[in-house]
Amino acid sequence: MFGRDRVFNTPLSEQGIVGFGIGMADMGHTVIAEIQFSDYIFPAFDQLVNEAAKYNYRSGGQFDVGRLTVRAPCQGVGHGALYHSQSVEQFFMGVPGLKVVVPRSAVQAKGLLAASVREPNPVVFLEPKMLYRSSVEEVPLDDFSLPLSKADVVMSGQDVTLVSWGAPLYACEQALSLLRNPPNSISQHIPLSIRDAKVELIDLRTILPWDRETLVQSVAKTGRCVIVHEAPVTAGVGAEIAAEVQKNCFLHLESPILRVGGWDTPFPHVGELFYKPDAIRIADALVKCLTY
Amino acid sequence: MTSSAAFSMSRLRLAPNVRVSRCTVVAQASMTSTRSLASSSLLRKDGNEPQGHLPGHPSSVFLTSLNDSFFDSVKPKTLSGNKNSQGGIPTYRLMDGVGRLLPGVTQEMINITQQEAVKMYRTMLLLPQIDVILYNAQRQGRISFMMTSYGEEGAVIGSAAGLDAKDEVFAQYRESGVLLWRDFSIDHFMSQVFGAEDDLCGGRQMPIHFGSTQHHFHTISSPLATQIPQAAGAGYALKRTKGREGNVVICYFGEGAASEGDFHAGMNLASTTSSPVIFFVRNNGFAISTPAAEQFRGDGIASRGPGYGMLTIRVDGNDALAVRSAVQAAKSKALSEQRPVLIEAMTYRVGHHSTSDDSSAYRSKQAVESWKQMDNPLHRMRNYLTDRGWWNDELEEETKAGHRKKVIEAMARAEKKKRPKLSSLFEGTYRGELPSNLKQQRAELAELLEKYGSLPSWSKEIAKHAHAGKDMEQYREK
Repeated sequence: MFGRDRVFNTPLSEQGIVGFGIGMADMGHTVIAEIQFSDYIFPAFDQLVNEAAKYNYRSGGQFDVGRLTVRAPCQGVGHGALYHSQSVEQFFMGVPGLKVVVPRSAVQAKGLLAASVREPNPVVFLEPKMLYRSSVEEVPLDDFSLPLSKADVVMSGQDVTLVSWGAPLYACEQALSLLRNPPNSISQHIPLSIRDAKVELIDLRTILPWDRETLVQSVAKTGRCVIVHEAPVTAGVGAEIAAEVQKNCFLHLESPILRVGGWDTPFPHVGELFYKPDAIRIADALVKCLTY
Repeated sequence: MTSSAAFSMSRLRLAPNVRVSRCTVVAQASMTSTRSLASSSLLRKDGNEPQGHLPGHPSSVFLTSLNDSFFDSVKPKTLSGNKNSQGGIPTYRLMDGVGRLLPGVTQEMINITQQEAVKMYRTMLLLPQIDVILYNAQRQGRISFMMTSYGEEGAVIGSAAGLDAKDEVFAQYRESGVLLWRDFSIDHFMSQVFGAEDDLCGGRQMPIHFGSTQHHFHTISSPLATQIPQAAGAGYALKRTKGREGNVVICYFGEGAASEGDFHAGMNLASTTSSPVIFFVRNNGFAISTPAAEQFRGDGIASRGPGYGMLTIRVDGNDALAVRSAVQAAKSKALSEQRPVLIEAMTYRVGHHSTSDDSSAYRSKQAVESWKQMDNPLHRMRNYLTDRGWWNDELEEETKAGHRKKVIEAMARAEKKKRPKLSSLFEGTYRGELPSNLKQQRAELAELLEKYGSLPSWSKEIAKHAHAGKDMEQYREK
């Protein structure tokens, strides 16, 4: 539709794809590069971290690659195992100069991608591939965009803050209904006293620079916080959020901040159910947090 | 790296010989019939097999001799009957080691005016003046770091002279001569090295990491070879930019950097996207202490060009005029054929790798001296000019003294300049508004400066910055 000079194949080389995109963006062109799976973004790590992220700073603003957006499918898909499942946002969270975005639905994806493409800084845009065909909703055909670095309060509450991004947000929603109406088989583990708990569910949306204000305000109100992500817990994005919230909400906290994530192992093939933070594990963390 | 993991895993589960897919059977059958045909016919010899049914390469000739089928070199297009040709890929040169034109070389082939030739030599002479002064300044601790261009003046200035001032340059770090050729001011040069307030790059990078939009010189960065795929992308962008169709990208790197994965990525991308890029390799024999013999086993970097389907030339890098004409021709081919060109300039790194390196630890001083004597790009250019009456000893002394004075004065000015204001440390990380974490950290530094700014170690440094740190006061948290 737009022509082969605008939409084209590259050789199979991730460092090449990102380096090429940087060069085009440096010349003032808008570039939307795709990495087939975020698991394969690591060959381009040097180009993203050492080059794209630092291009504007190191040149004193003379050259920049703000028109570069790198899209990559991410997170678990049921059977993707080690290299078709990874969540890679934590590796880019510590890279000043980059923006990192993860949408949760079709509307969010369109609005946030439009904003990322127009953003005057390079963006790593991670798309939960589990939702490619399962998230169905009315999406405006017209042009619109959603703000970066702004978390979305999906559901407001005052008893506990539950924060996540991408596909695990759906597991969070399931966890909330488990909490309200646990099946008989597990009801003895969900105390009656907390079944009416009002949970504030937040979609972080932008991983870097993240919306610290919304998170801090929410936890200052609820006094409790559970963070959910698919990536391994150690040095995950949850660690950063927990530290910042702890620093700003120390006097408001009623219980330790809990993190529910993938275990500190590679992402397994069989056993994905027991690896990913599913509804039960999230509900269990909410129970621990609310009954502390 | 593909998504076919599930597919290949299911194939792995099949026992070989038990279930063979249909297409494998067909392929085997056709191979057998081809072989029997070949052996039954007396007329067919190796290399005369019927062509056209190899999916990847229909024109590949078939051989049955296993030994003849192995190969490890690239055959250049023509060797013009040169009896020294067994030495591999030939090298293009116009002058001999003392700057006399080689037999058959005419002034028309060089096609240069007196004015341009003299400008080339003057710029070539400027490099060692800057090098010697800044090298010594580093030794005296006045600047933190320096890398010289000794020995590569011909390759760098020759290539710059072959280009238009608007051709985009992606450099490694030993190509500051390109900027000098484009009349980048010595003051800006020094401001970068000293990290002064008016450094175009904001005093953020190590010395010698130049960049200038006005000179189409993209800011240098330390990670090696990263600029190679970037140059491919920039070339593609040029092709798609109205009004820039007459320009190319030139991308410089050393033979060591060519071992990086980004070299492979960039060469292949430029070739498959038909982008007008000149890849210019300075093969100077060393990557810090690693000799070229430990860098590659093929015929230099030039032998790799054809593997990417790329037009390639090897040139005598100490023959500034040959380099200039090779670059001119490469540019015209890159534009007319819409494809990248690889130039390997053979030269020798006469100086140390950097001020952090003492090269006598891995090569003899004698070897360096003999290179300087035997094949010196400056001597060759000087002789070429002198032979034509375009240069003399007086001009030589005058130019060197003038350069020296200019460089020393600019250095003295830069040394007295303030550094950029402290708050600029945070700026430019992102374009647009500073994110909240950076605002908070800027406030944190502002408070620290208020409390501890009088510490001798801090106050001495603060005083070197523009506004003496006062710009930070407005960011203190109330």
